[in-house]
Amino acid sequence: MSATMESTQKAVIDIRALNSRFGNNVVHDNVSLTVRPGEIFALVGGSGCGKSTMLRTIILLQQPVSGSIRVFDREVIGLNDEEALPLRRRWGVMFERGALFSSLTVAENVSMVLREHTQLSTRLIDEVVALKVALTGLPADAGSKYPSELSGGMRKRAALARAIALDPELLFLDEPTAGLDPLSASGIDELVRSLRDALGLTIMMVTHDLDLLWRSADRVAVLGEGHILGVGTMTELSRSDHPIIREYFYGPRGRAAQEQAWKKK
Amino acid sequence: MTDEQIAYLVIETDASSAMATVNVRCTGAWIVQGIAQLEHRLEDISRLVEKELVIDGAAITALDTSGAWLLHRTIREFEQSGRKITINGLRPEFSALMQLIAYCATVPEISQPSAPDWLARIGRLSWQTLHGVSGMLAFIGECAIILLRSFIRPSRIRWRPIFHNLQTAGFNALPIVGMLSFLMGFVIAYQGADQLQRFGANIFIADLVGLSMLRELSPLLTAIIVAGRSGSAYAAQIGTMKVTEEIDALRTIGVGPIELLVLPKMLALIIALPLLTVFADVAGVFGGMLMARSKLDVTFDVFLDRLGDAVSLSSFMTGVGKAPVFAAIIALVGCYQGFQVGGSADSVGRQTTVSVVHSIFLVILADALFSVVFNWLKI
Repeated sequence: MSATMESTQKAVIDIRALNSRFGNNVVHDNVSLTVRPGEIFALVGGSGCGKSTMLRTIILLQQPVSGSIRVFDREVIGLNDEEALPLRRRWGVMFERGALFSSLTVAENVSMVLREHTQLSTRLIDEVVALKVALTGLPADAGSKYPSELSGGMRKRAALARAIALDPELLFLDEPTAGLDPLSASGIDELVRSLRDALGLTIMMVTHDLDLLWRSADRVAVLGEGHILGVGTMTELSRSDHPIIREYFYGPRGRAAQEQAWKKK
Repeated sequence: MTDEQIAYLVIETDASSAMATVNVRCTGAWIVQGIAQLEHRLEDISRLVEKELVIDGAAITALDTSGAWLLHRTIREFEQSGRKITINGLRPEFSALMQLIAYCATVPEISQPSAPDWLARIGRLSWQTLHGVSGMLAFIGECAIILLRSFIRPSRIRWRPIFHNLQTAGFNALPIVGMLSFLMGFVIAYQGADQLQRFGANIFIADLVGLSMLRELSPLLTAIIVAGRSGSAYAAQIGTMKVTEEIDALRTIGVGPIELLVLPKMLALIIALPLLTVFADVAGVFGGMLMARSKLDVTFDVFLDRLGDAVSLSSFMTGVGKAPVFAAIIALVGCYQGFQVGGSADSVGRQTTVSVVHSIFLVILADALFSVVFNWLKI
C-alpha cells in the first residue's frame, strides 16, 4: 500500500503507547500499531509474547495498564458493555479453539447472532445462515450438526461462519490455522483472502503459520520482548537484520515456507 | 439506525396494477441492518410483475452478503417462474459479490426432525431406561473387578487421592452435617416434648431422640447432604474431564480412569460417611439434650443415663452400618453420571442434576430395604 493512501485513509485500528502487564510481568511496553482499511494484518511472535493479549485488549476482553486503542476512530479503552455494543456489531471474532456454543447446532450458532441483532424474518435468517455456512466452505449438512460432531477444521470454519454472521467490517482471527492439517490450513488461507476480496473486510490475525503469512498477509508485525520488533510486508521483514526476526524467518521452517511462496508466484 | 444504513426501493413505473414491465431503482445501503423491510417490498413487487423486472442498482451505496442474497433470491425466483429480470449499474465490486453468492448459494435444508408419535416415545424411553440400568450395572461390575484387583496388589491403591477426598468429602463436610443434625435433634425433641409431658413420660425423650437419630435420621441426613455436596462434584468433575478429552488422555497413558478417579473417591467416601454419621449422631443427640433440659427439665446426666439403656449397641450399629452402603451408592452414581456426559456444556449440567436425583432416590430406597431386612432379622 502506498504512502499517499496511508495518509488519506483513516486507520481501522490505531494503537498508541499501549502498556499491559500480568502482575510484574510486562507484556506490552509502549507498543504502537496501526491497521489500515482493507488489509490483512498479521501479528506474529514467539509463544507468550503477548499476541493474544493484544488481540483480547483490542476486542475489550482485557484492560491494559495505560495507552490508547482507537477502532473505527473510537477510543475503546474504558467503554462499558453498552457503549461497546455498536462497535462489537461491526467486528467479528474467531477464537483459537472456535468457542462454538456446544449445546447449539452450527446453524443455530450462526443464526443466534442474527436473531439477536437484526430484525430479519425467520426465513431470511435461515437462508443467510445457509449462505454463510456455504461461504466458509462447509458442506450443506454441517449446519444441523453439533460442534462435538465436527472435525477440527470444520469447527474452525463454523467459528468463522459465526464471526462473519453480521457481515462485520473488521475480522479478528486468533490462530486461524492452528491444529489443522496442511490441506485444511491452505483452505483457510484461501478463505481468508477471498473473504477480504469479496466483502472488503479488514482482517487482523494472530498466527504462527508461516505459510499463511507468506500467502495471505499484507503486512506483518513481529512482537517480542514487549516491543514491536518490526512491521512491514513479509519481503521487507525477511530482509531485516534483527536477530529475533531473522531467527523467526530463517529457521528451517521459515525458509521452507518462503520457498513455497516463491514457487507459487 | 442512522439514515444512511437504510435501504430503499423506488418503483419508477406506475405500479398500481399488474403490468408487463416494472422498473425499480434501489438506493441506500443494502446491508444486514437495513434490509428487514425490503424483503416484503420485494415480494410484493415480484407478485405485480408479469413479464420483466428491471432493477437499477447504480445508487446502492453498500452491499453485504445478506443484501446480495436478497437480490440473488429475487433473481432466482424470477428465473424459476420464467420471467425476465435484469440488474443494471451495479458497481463492479458488488457484481463480484453477487457472483460469489451465486456460486455459494444453496437451498437451506435445516430440516426439523419430525416429532415421534407416543408409541415410539414410550419405546425410546423404556429402551433408554433399560440401557441406563444395564450401563450402571456394567459400571458397578467394572469397579468391583478393579477394586478386587487393587486389593490383591495393594501397592496399586492410590493413597494420595484417597486422603485428598477424605478431606474434601469428609472433613470439610463436618460443619454443615453437624449443624443440620443438631437442628434435626432439636426439632424432634421439641415435637416430642408436648406429647411425652402429657403422659408424664418426660424421661422417654432420650429414647425418642436417641433411637430416631441413631437408627434412621442421621445416616439418612448425612447421606443426602453428601450426595448433594460430593456426588454432584464427582459428576461435574468427571464430566468436564470427559468434555476436554482428559479421560481419553488417561486411557492412552495407560492409567485406568476408574482406578484413578472412581476408586479413591469411593474408598474415601466409604471411610468418611460412617465417621460423619457418628458425628451427626453426637450433634443430633446434643440438640435433643438441650431441648430436653429447657422444656422437660431433664438434666444432661439423667438424659445420658437413660440414653445408655434406651439405645442398644445394635441400634447404633444398624445406623452406622448403613453408611458405607450409602457411600458406595453416592460415589458410584456420581461417577457413573460423570462418565455419561456427552460433548457439550449442557450435558455436564444435565448429568450432574441426574446424579443428585438418582443418588438421593437410591439412598432412600436402600434405607427402606434395610428397614425391611432388619425387621425380618429382628435387630
